[in-house]
Amino acid sequence: MAQPVKLMIVDDSSIIRKLIQNYLNEYHIEIVGEAGDGKSAVELFRVLRPDLVTMDIVMPEMDGLSVIDEIRKIDPNVKIMVVTALSDKSTGIEAMKRGAKSYVVKPFTPDKLKNAFVKLLQ
Amino acid sequence: MKETDLHFFIDSTLNYFDEVTREKAQTGIPYIKSQDPVVLDYTGIIGISGKRKGSVYITASQDMLINLAQLILNQSSVSNEDVKDLIGEIANTISGNVRQAYGSDFMISVPVVVEGHAKDIRMPDDVQAFVIPITWRSFQSFLVVCLE
Repeated sequence: MAQPVKLMIVDDSSIIRKLIQNYLNEYHIEIVGEAGDGKSAVELFRVLRPDLVTMDIVMPEMDGLSVIDEIRKIDPNVKIMVVTALSDKSTGIEAMKRGAKSYVVKPFTPDKLKNAFVKLLQ
Repeated sequence: MKETDLHFFIDSTLNYFDEVTREKAQTGIPYIKSQDPVVLDYTGIIGISGKRKGSVYITASQDMLINLAQLILNQSSVSNEDVKDLIGEIANTISGNVRQAYGSDFMISVPVVVEGHAKDIRMPDDVQAFVIPITWRSFQSFLVVCLE
């Protein structure tokens, strides 16, 4: 059996972290870590080296766009799915320019998140 | 603030409940906030900067937030931390979603959560604040929008 996808969840909301975990639980994943602020996310990423990261943008300490820059310096191949309330197009474009592969706007339904996750893995 | 500003926030609020709960919420007629406090058990506050300046907060009862958190997490019991986190996340989502209308110059802060009945939530003195009543199930909450 293939190795599970190592997932790290970054969001300052514990409810959102739980929701992402609940919704993606049916897939072959291993939640290797969670971070509630940008700075911790970079530190954890360096140690855990997940395959995929869900990334909030508005967070304490360091915003998600800056975190994307930092973690892609560590691993340019990491897959990043932004999950944010920021619904404007220019932030979505900026996130993609910095290396995110998917952009999900909160609030999200289970299907919306799962579809984005499956597409990202393909 | 213009009427269209209020519509952006009303749409964002209704969309939140629709997407998250699959149940419709209703909004009442907005009114200008007086000196009377508009504060329930938990309040999530977002500071706004950039092209517009001010703040937005949503305040709700503990019962409403417990019901909402139970539904969202599909759990029969939720913690006080979940409830506090949820009110901040609602404020963040409603404020973040209006960027579709305002663009990226509408900067939002991380949420600040106030637990308990504060005397009131301080808003800029020289800017009118509007109160939007929200009803979800039998619970009432309030969104307060104060933008230059």
